[in-house]
Amino acid sequence: MSKIPRVAVREQDPLERAHNFDEVSFGYNREEAILEASRCLQCKNPKCVSGCPVSINIPRFIASVNADHMEEAASVIAADSSLPAVCGRVCPQEIQCEGSCILGIKYEPVAIGKLERYVADWARKNNYSTVAGAPYNGKKVAVIGSGPAGLACATDLAKAGCRVAVFEALHKPGGVLVYGIPEFRLPKDEVVAYEIDQVQKLGVTIETNVVVGRTVTIDELMDREGFDAVFVGSGAGLPRFMGIPGENLNGVVSANEFLTRSNLMSAYSPDSDTPIYVGKHVTVIGGGNVAMDAARTALRLGAGVTVVYRRTEKEMPARVEEVHHAKEEGIAFELLCNPTSVLGNEKGWVTGLRCIRMELGEPDESGRRRPVEIPGSEFDKPCDVVVIALGTVANPLIARTTPGLNINKYNGIVADENGVTSRPGVFAGGDVVSGAATVILAMGAGRKAARAILDYLKIT
Amino acid sequence: MFPILKKQMLAPNICLMDVLAPRVASSARPGQFIILRTDAKGERIPLTICDYNADRGIVTIVTQMVGASSRKILSFNEGDAFPDFVGPLGIPSEFIHFTDQQLKGKKYLFIAGGLGTAPVYPQVKYLHERDVRADVIIGAKTKDLVIFENEMKSVCDNLYICTDDGSYGFKGLVTDKLKEIMNNGAVYDQVVAIGPMVMMKFVTLAAKPYNLPLIVSLNTLMVDGTGMCGACRVTVGGKTRFACVEGPEFDAYQVDFDEAMRRQGMYKTQETEADHNCFIDLHSHE
Repeated sequence: MSKIPRVAVREQDPLERAHNFDEVSFGYNREEAILEASRCLQCKNPKCVSGCPVSINIPRFIASVNADHMEEAASVIAADSSLPAVCGRVCPQEIQCEGSCILGIKYEPVAIGKLERYVADWARKNNYSTVAGAPYNGKKVAVIGSGPAGLACATDLAKAGCRVAVFEALHKPGGVLVYGIPEFRLPKDEVVAYEIDQVQKLGVTIETNVVVGRTVTIDELMDREGFDAVFVGSGAGLPRFMGIPGENLNGVVSANEFLTRSNLMSAYSPDSDTPIYVGKHVTVIGGGNVAMDAARTALRLGAGVTVVYRRTEKEMPARVEEVHHAKEEGIAFELLCNPTSVLGNEKGWVTGLRCIRMELGEPDESGRRRPVEIPGSEFDKPCDVVVIALGTVANPLIARTTPGLNINKYNGIVADENGVTSRPGVFAGGDVVSGAATVILAMGAGRKAARAILDYLKIT
Repeated sequence: MFPILKKQMLAPNICLMDVLAPRVASSARPGQFIILRTDAKGERIPLTICDYNADRGIVTIVTQMVGASSRKILSFNEGDAFPDFVGPLGIPSEFIHFTDQQLKGKKYLFIAGGLGTAPVYPQVKYLHERDVRADVIIGAKTKDLVIFENEMKSVCDNLYICTDDGSYGFKGLVTDKLKEIMNNGAVYDQVVAIGPMVMMKFVTLAAKPYNLPLIVSLNTLMVDGTGMCGACRVTVGGKTRFACVEGPEFDAYQVDFDEAMRRQGMYKTQETEADHNCFIDLHSHE
């Protein structure tokens, strides 16, 4: 079994894809999927399952793929995940399921993510729907936010017979799947819209254009609209800036703004009314997945792109695959380098970024070696646009308008591992609790909260 | 979908629409705004709320044709519907937190420039309903562009109309009128100015010598309007603030208007500015 090397996935040529927004990875075909599935050792005590935040029965679905029983494989995944085509594409499998794969000790781990994607894509293309609702149990639950946490929570609640209404602030459901992750990593119409549609087929309703905390409050939802419980999965939407001089110059944007314009508002497409500006050269500050997404988007919009990060590649929070793809496409990296000010002309437009070289010192509280400035090493890097991708924090809107809901110092909602908050009947999970994390961790939190909500509503 | 129940042209290029949006109508307060989209390819367009009626579920907006997106709005007719209409966004005007007792005896002055007359109206109306006296200065380029004159008259004390070309009312700028009123001995507890950024800048300069407390409403660029993008950031009191969630109303004397005006043009002048290549260290400006 282990003699077979991990089946490589076919991808668009880097030089070609640097100029289009089509998906980078083509995914496996049937033969490739079956061959890759045959590598699975079918462990008695599968480590991969405990590495999965939503505990998909991975060996079982892989066995089904190996046997060419794709319907069965799709059903096994659907029991635990409502967004398999999304997760197969954007989960950091290398630190989760695949990171725990026994085969990975001596050889390369089974490509679990690519197999999940294959199965989910197969189900979609073959109209194989595993959706099955349950009779109404008399309980109404409001879910705030239609991102990964909210969708996962809504799915499990609907499967248990609750009437679930999802409220979304933007005009399209999907949260970060729609405004944050670019088309070339996660196709919006084909993949995201389809999986959200599957959730709606369970009877879940999604009302867009509702900003909870402004349009309606949680108290109004519970007292006036008769919701028995509320799940808050509103994400971490507020961008962080650096507070360095020149940050409000024309041409400095948050990664959230840059990606929202391109993704949610389709500004990359010539027929969209929403403008986006890249100039000739874009500098992206940050080393996470969002920084890679912004850099690769800017590249596709025709700019030369440099990523500036204050530590080394080893400490980058971005997935290895994303950094690898970015490099292949021609994005330059300026590592051990920290911006000190944004430079501009007399009209207030960005002309460059002043940076200082760094070196790694003693480890800090995160365990990573702390970057320290090298005195006198400042240099100016010319550019037209600066994209700041230094993370996001929770939007305080809901917490501020919900009396009795405790928050932490980052404005995140305080909740235990089951999503239980300080307000009876109000549950929370995903980035609004944890701070910016991943799609799959948010889904895991949404599922746990769904379980806690069912307990609270005394539904077994 | 959000149906348009009424469409009325107020001036050749200015149009009022009553939109059925019950959730927005029941939560709207003076000072807030909405964002709408006309179609799948359309921008998210922020517009101030001009009036609202919770019982009828109606929100009134006023649009002036200035570009492609506002042209799209004006192409909608009674019976059509906007696909997206979200709000109310932003923080309501400060005075809604005051009790009737606190408001008693207070006197307000509102300075409205052009389309800014629309968002001034619900504020004056709110105060009028609580027996608070308010004077209003409306400034417009020319007579045809004066809007809401009768509505405003019905809720304010003194209404002063200024036109740039003198075709109606006082010939001159709202700042000239402000100085005239103040020099004649008027006393106000609070002044609120809403209009083009440049007007608000000069009202701020004109009001300062009289020590008039002044609030302005900043119509910055926005994408989501919920605090997500930061396109709306403005410097107020030396700190970066998000106009969409921390505003849109701010203490005028703390606002960096020059930066705000420059940032408004971010997507207007990109072509003409692109070849500038002169380096200025912003440190040296501090």
